[in-house]
Amino acid sequence: MQNENLSELLRERVLKAIAEGSPLLILGGGSKSFYGRTAVGEVLDMAGHSGIIAYEPTELVLTARTGTALSTIESVLDGQGQMLAFEPPHFGLATLGGTVACGLSGPRRAYAGSVRDSVLGVKLINGKGEILSFGGQVMKNVAGFDLSRLMVGALGTLGVLLEVSLKLVPKPEVEETRCFDMGADAALTAMSLWSGQAWPLSAACHDGERVYIRLSGAESAIRASAKQLGGERLPDGCAFWAGLREQNLPFFRQMDNSQASLLDANLAVPSLPREAGAAAIAESLWRISLPPAAPMLSLQGACFIDWGGALRWLKTDADAAAVFALAQQTGGHASLFRSIDRSGLVFQALPDPLKALHMRLKQAFDPLGIFNPGRLYQEW
Amino acid sequence: MSYRTHPSEHIAHNVDKADFLRMLGEYLKPDSLLSDPEDLRPYDCDALSVYKSLPWVVALPETVGQAQAVLRLCHQHGVPVVARGAGTGLSGGALPADNGVLLSLAKFNRILHIDPANRVARVQPGVRNAAVSEAALAYGLYYAPDPSSQIACTIGGNIAENSGGVHCLKYGLTVHNLLGLKLLTVDGELIELGSGGMDAAGYDLLALVTGSEGLLGVIVEATLRLLPAPTTARALLAAFGSVEQAGAGVAEIIGAGLVPAGLEMMDNLIIRAAEDFVHAGYPVDAAAIILCEMDGMAEQVDADLEQAQNILLRMGATEVRLAKTEAERKKFWAGRKSAFPAAGRISPDYYCMDGTIPRRSLAEVLHRIAVLSASYGIDVANVFHAGDGNLHPLLLYDASQPGQLERAEEVGGKILELCVAAGGTVTGEHGVGMEKINQMCIQFSPAELAQFHAVKAAFDPRGLLNPGKAVPSLHRCAEFGAMHIHRGILSFPELERY
Repeated sequence: MQNENLSELLRERVLKAIAEGSPLLILGGGSKSFYGRTAVGEVLDMAGHSGIIAYEPTELVLTARTGTALSTIESVLDGQGQMLAFEPPHFGLATLGGTVACGLSGPRRAYAGSVRDSVLGVKLINGKGEILSFGGQVMKNVAGFDLSRLMVGALGTLGVLLEVSLKLVPKPEVEETRCFDMGADAALTAMSLWSGQAWPLSAACHDGERVYIRLSGAESAIRASAKQLGGERLPDGCAFWAGLREQNLPFFRQMDNSQASLLDANLAVPSLPREAGAAAIAESLWRISLPPAAPMLSLQGACFIDWGGALRWLKTDADAAAVFALAQQTGGHASLFRSIDRSGLVFQALPDPLKALHMRLKQAFDPLGIFNPGRLYQEW
Repeated sequence: MSYRTHPSEHIAHNVDKADFLRMLGEYLKPDSLLSDPEDLRPYDCDALSVYKSLPWVVALPETVGQAQAVLRLCHQHGVPVVARGAGTGLSGGALPADNGVLLSLAKFNRILHIDPANRVARVQPGVRNAAVSEAALAYGLYYAPDPSSQIACTIGGNIAENSGGVHCLKYGLTVHNLLGLKLLTVDGELIELGSGGMDAAGYDLLALVTGSEGLLGVIVEATLRLLPAPTTARALLAAFGSVEQAGAGVAEIIGAGLVPAGLEMMDNLIIRAAEDFVHAGYPVDAAAIILCEMDGMAEQVDADLEQAQNILLRMGATEVRLAKTEAERKKFWAGRKSAFPAAGRISPDYYCMDGTIPRRSLAEVLHRIAVLSASYGIDVANVFHAGDGNLHPLLLYDASQPGQLERAEEVGGKILELCVAAGGTVTGEHGVGMEKINQMCIQFSPAELAQFHAVKAAFDPRGLLNPGKAVPSLHRCAEFGAMHIHRGILSFPELERY
């Protein structure tokens, strides 16, 4: 395992960029380069800055350098019967830093919390080239503003993450996946009902034809729940949820030609046949976050429902403006998750006062606009 | 107890009070605007009542429009604003500015909507914490964060302080149970944070504002996450011959992969005080007891409790008692929940601390607290949320004895410094407020504090919202730092000392 502290070297790179006024593109494993807007800048390679700094299983806390591979962290935790609650996607060679900066959580998020819910503290380099620590390694800490959770999902625009401390959870004794044949509307109703009851749920999704729910806990509790809930037992539930997390279930792989090649490049999955749909218009994959019980959106295209209804993956060639508008009207927001064209609006536009506040915050961390300019929004 | 608004944290203005009252009166009803010293008296402190200051004016708006008008006027005239909920805070966060408006959100007391299908409650900030769960119960749902003041404290204050409680080991703090906010910025603009979904576009301002102690904006509405009420809750009580053994028992439970809904520890002094007070049936000769509660499905709870019982016996518990009935479970908790008033019965005054440490340092920190206690002649009773390492040492003193109060305060400050040295924090759930503002200089470097100030300025460039709280000025730290060394380096060598 690599174990090297490059903090000072990275700080020198940042100071140089500040002196030259030249933007930096912060890069971990490059597994989520497809995500966010197209950005330009000199690559700041984080991959060498790696290693687990502290891990004490009885504290349920791990601190690691941000270039550490997610797979390394997960295998160390696995050895102690622990895991990350938010079940993050890897999409290839994910690092801790990229996982936190992108803020993407997997199927367990709806019942066990998100990346940001698990972050306890960070060490970062701000846009003045200062190394700063916020939060800490303890579960409860309300000293000062919560700048560590603010970094989650900021796509590296507020600073270069050096170290992150995460809260961990024990792995459940047993997991079992049950499935039920039903359409999307019935699925939304069923998932809403179950989520409001005290079942040991740890995931619930709908692939267009069936609802899949995952139960996690003590064997006696899982047996009792499965019996009362019914449905059919999915033999390899583990592979199914990993497939959803990594987006290599058939829903995510059966895109039109141009998208398929894009997915291949990002996921390193076997190539799909190229002949079919050669003339198809490029479909985009949208990630739409909604109130869980919100009805199906009236948009063309196939939809995969995750997070018990709160996350909708939509493959559509519909006009971006229409998707953004409908998501907002329905009480949520949309992002253009995978698309050929990432030069426009990728994330939901912010109302003016909120946008102004965002820009002032960016100024507060990165006054010269050095870090990942344009990755999140065009203006900063 | 002493506090001081540092000159560098004071927001001066020359606004005439009568003029300003007249302007506010254009928007507020006469009974929503207080300025007579007698009417101001109830607002002179929060639950840290040793810190007192009369506000200049108290405004009690009833509508968002009125609250916006108050903020606009204050912004326009450079008048400081301190927002206040129920005033149950323990760190002086709602201590008024003597030349500022105290903005009470007490009249924003309505639960606007409970949405069982999406499992959320939309509430105004003045709604009591416990009232949310009471209203959600009809749908089999509840609001998880349960600070001990939950029958009185309100949601706006809970969000401002990122309140915890007994159940946060399993269910998280306020920040983990919040989906949306309507926030008034310092100039009275209404912005919405979060979304109807589980995340939102842009930066996670919801997380930033939670726990910001009224420095970034004024909350006028919140959307809270509701959880299904567990079908079963059962508790056990374990007695230990030493605090160290009990601490090791806590670590074993966590290390074994159990996630109790509550995992609390009490030392002998507080066991005896609580037992005298509520007769919970506690073993009064134990050096420490652990209370451990599991909740969820009956099968899960039974399996988890059995495992916890075996662990605690193996770790040397002299006795492990399972609550056989709901009444017995409630009795176990009655003792814990009465710990603070019980301390009030054995000492004329007590001062409640709130540091958090990594669990592994528990025995070491408790030992050092005992040494401090002996050397200062101030008794210390310890109750804590052991599961998450959040200590609440209660310093017992008698304010009528000259010098005791100052000694208690000094011991308190030293305990917080111990927590920081152990890798912990000066506040787990009560907030910095005015109380711990000096200790912030120890926990954070000048550059880190400067980053906090830059974030504050992005929301409130003139520093009108709750001035002098939560984040110390660099000048305050320079003065405080003259007596303290930060991470081996004298802090702020570049700043003038005064």
